[in-house]
Amino acid sequence: MIWNLIRTGGRLYTLSVIVIILAPLIVSLIFSFNADRFPSLPLKGFTTEWYELTFMDPEVIAAFKRSFMVAIPVGLMSTLLGFAAAYSDYRYSFRGKSLFNLMMLLPPTIPAVIMGLAMLSYLSRINLAGNVYAIFISHVVTGLPFAMALIRLRLAQMDPSLEQAAWNLRASSVQSLFYVVIPYCMQSLFAAFLITTAVSFDEFAVAWFVSGLEETVPVRVLVFLQGQVSPRINAIGTAIFATSILLVVLAMAFSGLGKNIKPKQADQ
Amino acid sequence: MTIKKLNLKLPMIGAPLLWQLVFFALPLLFLLVISFWSVQNFQLTPDFTFKNWVTMMTRDTFWSAYSYTWELALLAAFSATLFALPAAYSITFHLSERMRTIAIMLLVIPFFTCYLVRAYAWQIFLSDNGIINSLLSPFGIEPLPMLNTAFGTWVGFLTMCMPLVVLIQVMGMMQIDRTLIEASRNLSAGPWRTLYEVVIPSVKSSIVVAWLFAFILSFGDFVSPTYLGGGASPTLSNLIIDTVKSGQQWPRAAVVALAMIGTLVATSILAVSYAYKGKK
Repeated sequence: MIWNLIRTGGRLYTLSVIVIILAPLIVSLIFSFNADRFPSLPLKGFTTEWYELTFMDPEVIAAFKRSFMVAIPVGLMSTLLGFAAAYSDYRYSFRGKSLFNLMMLLPPTIPAVIMGLAMLSYLSRINLAGNVYAIFISHVVTGLPFAMALIRLRLAQMDPSLEQAAWNLRASSVQSLFYVVIPYCMQSLFAAFLITTAVSFDEFAVAWFVSGLEETVPVRVLVFLQGQVSPRINAIGTAIFATSILLVVLAMAFSGLGKNIKPKQADQ
Repeated sequence: MTIKKLNLKLPMIGAPLLWQLVFFALPLLFLLVISFWSVQNFQLTPDFTFKNWVTMMTRDTFWSAYSYTWELALLAAFSATLFALPAAYSITFHLSERMRTIAIMLLVIPFFTCYLVRAYAWQIFLSDNGIINSLLSPFGIEPLPMLNTAFGTWVGFLTMCMPLVVLIQVMGMMQIDRTLIEASRNLSAGPWRTLYEVVIPSVKSSIVVAWLFAFILSFGDFVSPTYLGGGASPTLSNLIIDTVKSGQQWPRAAVVALAMIGTLVATSILAVSYAYKGKK
């Protein structure tokens, strides 16, 4: 009896936690179509004016183009380097391996403001700050760990004797990589590409520090926020949400993320 | 050398290592270097002076920001841990496999959607004529000040931390041997006793690790303190931004950044050693 009560209560609680976490996404979607200039209840009627204003703004369009111009190469580079790092961890033993892994995985835990300051002072010293290359470099640093983790999870499922069989059949290490390992990891490579593209597309703090005048979309939002309240922020925010949700959902579909999380079964 | 004999080990390890050395480790080391440099005519100039350290460490604004950042981050980390535990428990033990997959998806999605815009959207809820106050006004409740207060910052921090904290706790709880719980039930332990004596001890390390992530995220954030907390009392991240954006004082900002890194490293070491104490 009490267990059933807890079960129902727990489900309701979980539902409300998820609703609260998702509330900002839903509300900015609703208010991006609200006719009132100021976000308050009751809603004043439907309009697409804010979207029109947003997407007729040449600076916003330029920012979207720039964001994709950065995010897609970031996705490719992070996946490439993340694969190399994951494969190194899976295949080789070498001195300082734990230090290697630490350096690969640490960047997302460094506060973005600190990364921003470090990248700005370092990159401007070597004349690389204030342009899209600076954003590209910084975002690969943060993206690589996500790619590495995703691909490493997939490699952990691979039977090591698969690659050994290829070697016994006189495949070179390069051949076994291209004919055995990469095909086996293909889905997680796609997922890593999509996730790291989303990470770059959403990142605003480091980009704000290093980009100079080359604003990406979220940096544009940050600049908007420093001005007055505008419903256009909801419109542009909803566009950002839609883009990253699309990328993440596709990534999860590719990798089956969440599906292979199963409770531990007792040994029979 | 033919392609057949090509050794993959060096490029596989070397490429990512080189990237993270040159663009991650060196920039952080460079922060340490410039903290001893000086600014002359708005130009960063190589030097060896302790002036920046002395200036920042003797400033009241630094120490008040330091303690305020600690307070906010501790509050966020502990409350996120408490709020997340029942949800994580429920996702692990009460949901069918299908519902669990959906719940996990719904938690992964916000983690990868722009936190800046999500925090901004909370303004619509929290402002004086926002959603919460308009829902309260029919009951004759005066508008509650929520936006531009520490409460606003706290809400923003929870938004940022909760998905990750719940996910890490769920991962930990998935590892619990379910026969232990059944055994506890068969020995007629009530739900609370089962929770305290079986579930929590076996997931202690993931609870602490999740707490640590919430602490690190909140300690370094500037968005919620600025756009939901009103920015009246600055956090360390606000201090870095102000120091960089007004007056080009990068060396002084580097001092603040290094103080933050030192604090985070020390906290992480303590938390991780506590998390895995008595294991292995």
